[in-house]
Amino acid sequence: MKRRTLLTGSAALALTRPAFAAAPARILFWHAMNGQLGDVLNRLVDRFNKSQSAVAVDAVFKGGYPETLTAAIAAWRAGQAPNIVMVFDVGTATMIAAGPAVKYASDLFKETGVPLDPTRYIPAVRGYYSLPDGRMGSMPFNSSTAVMWYNQDAFEKAGLDPEKPPATWPELVAAAKVLKEKKVTEFAVTSSWPTWVHFEQFSAIHNVAFATEADGFKGLGARLLVDSAPFVRNLQTLLDMSKDGTFKYAGRDNIPDPVFYSGQAAIAFNSSASRGALVKTAKFRFADAFLPYHPEIIKKPINSIIGGASLWTMTAPHRTAAEYKAVAEFLAFLGQPPQDAEWAAGTGYVPVTFAGSDLLEKQGYFAKNAGTKLPVLQLERKPVTDNSKGIRLGDMPELRVIIEEEWEKELQGGFDAKRALTNAVARGNKVLTAFQHSVGG
Amino acid sequence: MHRRFDWPAHLVLLLGVGLFAFPVWLVFAGATQDPGAINRGDLSLIPDFSHLGIFLSVLLHGYGKNESQPVWHMLMISAGMALVIAIGKIVISVLSAYAVVFFRFPFRMTAFWTIFITLMLPVEVRIIPTYAVMADFRLINTFAGLTVPLLASATATLLFRQVYLAIPDELIEAARMDGAGPIRFLIDMLIPVSAANMAALFVILFVYGWNQYLWPLLVAADPRLDTIVIGIVQLVSGGHTLTPWNTMMAMAVLAILPPVVVVVAMQRWFVKGLTEVEK
Amino acid sequence: MERRTIFGGWLLPVAFVLPQLFVTIFFFLLPAGKAIYSSFTQTDAFGLHTRFIGLANFINLFADAGYRASFGRTAVFCALVTLLAMALALLLAVFADHEIRGRAIYRTLLIWPYAVAPAVSAVLWMFMMHPEVGILGRLLNRIGIPWNYSLNGIQALGLVIVAGAWTQVSYNFVFFLAGLQSIPASVIEAAHMDGARGFRRFRTIVMPLLMPTTFFLLIVNLVYAAFETFGTIMALTRGGPGEATETLVVKVYRDGVINLDLAGSSAQSVILMLIVIGLTAVQFRFLGRRTLS
Repeated sequence: MKRRTLLTGSAALALTRPAFAAAPARILFWHAMNGQLGDVLNRLVDRFNKSQSAVAVDAVFKGGYPETLTAAIAAWRAGQAPNIVMVFDVGTATMIAAGPAVKYASDLFKETGVPLDPTRYIPAVRGYYSLPDGRMGSMPFNSSTAVMWYNQDAFEKAGLDPEKPPATWPELVAAAKVLKEKKVTEFAVTSSWPTWVHFEQFSAIHNVAFATEADGFKGLGARLLVDSAPFVRNLQTLLDMSKDGTFKYAGRDNIPDPVFYSGQAAIAFNSSASRGALVKTAKFRFADAFLPYHPEIIKKPINSIIGGASLWTMTAPHRTAAEYKAVAEFLAFLGQPPQDAEWAAGTGYVPVTFAGSDLLEKQGYFAKNAGTKLPVLQLERKPVTDNSKGIRLGDMPELRVIIEEEWEKELQGGFDAKRALTNAVARGNKVLTAFQHSVGG
Repeated sequence: MHRRFDWPAHLVLLLGVGLFAFPVWLVFAGATQDPGAINRGDLSLIPDFSHLGIFLSVLLHGYGKNESQPVWHMLMISAGMALVIAIGKIVISVLSAYAVVFFRFPFRMTAFWTIFITLMLPVEVRIIPTYAVMADFRLINTFAGLTVPLLASATATLLFRQVYLAIPDELIEAARMDGAGPIRFLIDMLIPVSAANMAALFVILFVYGWNQYLWPLLVAADPRLDTIVIGIVQLVSGGHTLTPWNTMMAMAVLAILPPVVVVVAMQRWFVKGLTEVEK
Repeated sequence: MERRTIFGGWLLPVAFVLPQLFVTIFFFLLPAGKAIYSSFTQTDAFGLHTRFIGLANFINLFADAGYRASFGRTAVFCALVTLLAMALALLLAVFADHEIRGRAIYRTLLIWPYAVAPAVSAVLWMFMMHPEVGILGRLLNRIGIPWNYSLNGIQALGLVIVAGAWTQVSYNFVFFLAGLQSIPASVIEAAHMDGARGFRRFRTIVMPLLMPTTFFLLIVNLVYAAFETFGTIMALTRGGPGEATETLVVKVYRDGVINLDLAGSSAQSVILMLIVIGLTAVQFRFLGRRTLS
């Protein structure tokens, strides 16, 4: 190629060796875990590296979930994808449609001869990351679900029962009013991950469809249904709370985390995996509670869905069989009971294997740490329906942002949930149509 | 002539100085305070001089092990990037301006106009395709990738072209009489003549290189190539268990300091040069 | 103007222009060409399926109310950043031009902010205006003005405008001051004799002489506001809340790099390219003769 000849000839470019020129035994692993989560993950990686000498896993924190995903895709286009990338729940559809860019977990293990027993993994988790034919697409790793965290000290000071958190939205609204009046904290209620908690999890526990085609599991033709009455009802509740000052919308993704950790808010919706950070940083008594529900939408809420991320194997030119084997061994290592249990105990993620869960039970972890079983119980509620298996929509990260944007627009005056969601559906469906066309659907 | 104290001028200028100095002072003072106190809104404007260690700590450890490069490393990348861009741009602009002004060669004007076109194609208008081209050249995640594509400069070439065009013919004739060849002429004559312009350009380009944000964001996903500007924006916009306010502020101070020193130290050339370069 | 005195030979000059030409062709022209090409295609995030769809990307863009709104928002943003940065710089330059004590120190203290990166200036402003932590943001809330730029779009836009202008003042200041100093003292004195004073003297004598500088700065500031404030916006608001601070460049980045809509983002790049070419043409039409003569 002429361009290449020019390149090698140019003295100015003599120093252009790619930084990732693959040393054979180096496995590059991009993840999105920082703080306490990153500490525990690095501990596991170190242990793997010390357990053998053939492979060195290089774990690199790449920023938030969306940044990690887009960086990995861009890197693949550049022929420099990491060996393993942590992709969040809603990036799953994108990765499944990625064809030659990824190696499905089932293929990886079959090709490398490393044993993999999918039935070791808890069905709710396995199902979320499976291909339409049931094979495993990616390896489950950090799975959590959304819960409601509350500050027990603040509850007590406000005269609320610290052992009895609100179970329904009407109860929550009432508690928030008390908290605001008593002014024990700066804000009554806040939430991390606005779309994930108040749309995706909401749709699961209330058994309401988020999108057509079984929330996207049945085909690329899925379109959003988040402008239906239950969603409007729920968002209107939140908007009304913002208006009367009992709910603090503090940003997207995990940006609002510090608002609860620092004690500024008495109640926060967040991942169960905030436990590790709370244990480390919170200077108050805290507990988790089931997500509240609207009694007029459902009498008895069903299971919530998982969130978090899974580990995808990516391809790149000149990647050797030995590298893939090393990847498979590392992924298998993470799924072994000691690692699975340590990861869950150190972070607040749920154990993803039965064996890991059993080990924690045997160690007395659930008994010793109140509230750690609650996310698991919430995930295991029955019956599991098409609306509570998860959401698989192309470009879902973008859809999350669209919903958040329309929500934010209403916070600036208007406070009209119906309008927000009508706009979100119109904009979101355009994205879905474009995705369908772009992957040849 | 008796000069009155021009109080309106002093007032306006002091306000202006304050407008720029205040935020930096605030951030400097904040860096030395307890992040918890800052979070509660108790930010004092008086620095706590017993906590100056924060600067050393971010230099050595960044904002958390496993989460970022140490700040000294980011500063090295920034400085490397700024220096390579500043010097590289000056060198290749001097060379091409020299060639265009003093020689006749095939496609001379085509070459000149091709260089000129770069003015109309800032990085921002070619974000995606540039990435693809960079990938073809295997320049993603390399230090060369951070710098080489930024070396072309129409403005610098235009400047040197103007300077060279303005050299009196007699001087050139004299040089030729002395039997100076083209290389000699460049070194003995042109470079000294345009030294002041080079100094001015150096300041402008150093600041330009140091302050790059979009480009490194695009071509360097490897945290080992994080510049200080990238590092600080990442810290500000990322989710953290507890926002490390003091660390952010310390980093902001360290990010500002080097280019400010360069500008202030070379102010004389810079001010004169800026107005000449850009017009 | 051409030089008459030249050296012979063509190998050396070709070798001298080659590095510059190489960078220009491969990192400027080639990507620009690619942008134009992919603006007519549709492709997925991984670049696995690509097909030609003609002008559909452009039609979709202009049919999209969000994109049109981003156009209008960018125009307002650029106009206000330019106005603010230039007005303040002119004010400071006029007074810094006075024969006062310590004027050299004043100048230094007004010039250094040139060195502050737009992204870093945003961080400085965040520390001042953050609703809970920022010293001024908190003050506003305390005196009963509800201030929260992460929720209020108007406030967010106002903040990125101020932060964007702040960084650019020094640059304008240098030019205005140079412009003022190049006005001969005799002109001013003559006006003085005529009895023209204060603002009237400024408006009728000084301002017309500053017009070329002002026009030049106008273009430079518009380009700065349209493009280089990307870092400011990303660090402060990332285009939010809602889409309140999403300028055209932020949108190209968001659609291309975050949402991985490579084709749609390329189409936006092409539109931006046309805008820059237009602005550059205007600049050279009115000012360039000096440079290119």
